[in-house]
Amino acid sequence: MALASGASSGADLHLERLTKRFGGARGGTAAALAVDDLTLTVPAGSFFALLGPSGCGKTTTLRMVAGLEEPTSGRVLIGGQDVTATRAHQRPVNTVFQSYALFPHMDVLANVAFGLRRRGRGDAEAAAREALELVELAHLADRRPAQLSGGQQQRVALARAVVNRPAVLLLDEPLGALDLKLRRQMQVELKRIQTDVGLTFIHVTHDQEEAMTMADRVAVMNAGRVEQLGAPQELYDLPRSAFVANFLGQSNLVPGTVTGARGDLLEVALTGGGHALVPRERSVTATGPVVVGVRPEKVHIAPDAGRDDAGPAANRVGPGTVVDASFAGVSTQYLVDVPGAGRLSVFSQNLGHGPVARRGDRVRLSWAPEHSFGLRGDEDPAAGTLERESVADAVAAG
Amino acid sequence: MAALAGLAPAPPAAATPPAARRGARWTPYLLLAPGLLWLLLFFVLPLVLLVTTSLSEPVPGGEVGATQPAFRVANYTEALADYWPWFVRSVGYGLLATVLALLIGYPLAYAIAVRARARPLVQQLLLVAVVAPFFTSFVLRTIAWRQVLADESLVVSALKALAVLPDDARLTATPLAVVAGLTYNFIPFMALPIYASLERLDPRLLEAGRDLYAGPVTTFATVTLPLSLPGVVAGTLLTFIPATGDYVNAALLGGPGSAMVGNVIDSRFFRVVDYPTAAALSFLLMALILGLVALYVRRAGTEDLL
Repeated sequence: MALASGASSGADLHLERLTKRFGGARGGTAAALAVDDLTLTVPAGSFFALLGPSGCGKTTTLRMVAGLEEPTSGRVLIGGQDVTATRAHQRPVNTVFQSYALFPHMDVLANVAFGLRRRGRGDAEAAAREALELVELAHLADRRPAQLSGGQQQRVALARAVVNRPAVLLLDEPLGALDLKLRRQMQVELKRIQTDVGLTFIHVTHDQEEAMTMADRVAVMNAGRVEQLGAPQELYDLPRSAFVANFLGQSNLVPGTVTGARGDLLEVALTGGGHALVPRERSVTATGPVVVGVRPEKVHIAPDAGRDDAGPAANRVGPGTVVDASFAGVSTQYLVDVPGAGRLSVFSQNLGHGPVARRGDRVRLSWAPEHSFGLRGDEDPAAGTLERESVADAVAAG
Repeated sequence: MAALAGLAPAPPAAATPPAARRGARWTPYLLLAPGLLWLLLFFVLPLVLLVTTSLSEPVPGGEVGATQPAFRVANYTEALADYWPWFVRSVGYGLLATVLALLIGYPLAYAIAVRARARPLVQQLLLVAVVAPFFTSFVLRTIAWRQVLADESLVVSALKALAVLPDDARLTATPLAVVAGLTYNFIPFMALPIYASLERLDPRLLEAGRDLYAGPVTTFATVTLPLSLPGVVAGTLLTFIPATGDYVNAALLGGPGSAMVGNVIDSRFFRVVDYPTAAALSFLLMALILGLVALYVRRAGTEDLL
């Protein structure tokens, strides 16, 4: 029970070979593997995001940390202590549920004080009021949850969890039910609160933008495994799998073969006739088949007939045909069909007057070698695109 | 300008509504009419007749049961003075049956609504089992209970064999049999409203309770129970009201020592043909139950939950 005393500044969380299988225990049929041999360390006091499409196992992972789901195998350690065998109410962990799960028969203050009262804190009410001030809802302390807006309920749910100063605070898609504007506002708010209270936050989300703006570290999950883990800029700058490249932002992925090396650069012959240089340390593989990737905003677009000012060292693809140009104010997105290489996307900042290219124009694409990254040659260049699109639809639908 | 404004004709709006709209205004009353008529004929009118009867007096030297209109309030005071022990017994049995039905019905409803939630088929079957007794008449079911509790029945001989009951004991014609019958007959009325409110209970609230350091027992006491209180209040009312006024169970399972007010009213009306006393007793019972229920609902303080 000493565990439940909680920590004042969060503790680190360590997941060791955590696995969860649903069903199939008796029938012997193929059980659904929700979380597959997951090993992960979240440092104390950090804002950690578990990012992935629905069904990737991120919520199951969170529920296993909370004690609401029992792992099939593996261990959960909080602050170095093995809590795998303890039950939810014995763990120094609190959750902000996606549905908020506020108690409808209690007022806001009683909701927030609930956890403190269970642990016999004498000053539960005062501490609860303080927590309500933190989320700027002190004036609504005697309302019932049903009388609050979605955003206010969300804050109450957050206060109810934060007030206990848990060693680890779990957030299960806490902003999923809010509209876009409120969501952006709450992202800033959440980040501020995390900095204020200094607790370890683990945030589960399918919104890559949310994960990138809020978290110190992001683990991209797919099919029960962590695809890649790192700081948001790191993941964006140097994805190590096609899934990460496509799910976290967009990428242009072109298959090719390593033909040689020039110093620290790998020479790659791209399918469709182009060639590219990829820094050796930015490539997963140094020989044989490889998938070369580059982010759309790093690609330059130029008319095929025009002067080639990309420089001798630049990677080149094309010529290709512009199949779509959509103007979005600060930038224009071009979709370019390059025979053999597929359909590439280019974000071009609108610096000059008028568009660089129009639909149907012949264009050449180029980018600096240091912006390339290399992925395993057997990867599907489309992995993760569908998932990102379905997430984008869900986010737009609010 | 002001004079001109005063001379201007009144705006034509809001003068007379078109015929169609006037018709629409009567629609709610038309919809209410059949129900109101029904209540008037079969509730208000009998109630007025009952009041009149309860205050009337026997025709001096008339036939048995003949009464004439009067304002004899003594009917009430005499009825109360003569029969107050039966009132006490009725309320006592009613309360006991309600508590027992709650103790049996709540776990039953909880098992069906919460535990069996993941298995809809089991849930449906259990619900059918709860409702199944209604396919048999109330009186028949109670008569069946007489067989179950009869001196030579399996239950009684088993209890005697186990020395739970002394050899010369019997279950029929005892208060125990009456309360057992009442409890049995009203369990569905208790279990179904509780089931309805537990079924609506969001399981994520229970997870939130566990997440906030409440163990299973505390979660039940602080989350499940308060949220199912509307069902408990509804169930206890649906059990207590008819159980207190019941006379079938006492008539079929009880003896002279376990008669309830309902049995007294029954015999006053149909055997002694003392209509004024029977009517006064009916009113007293109604007032007593209303008073107790009002007190209970106020104490339960569930207005904002209902």
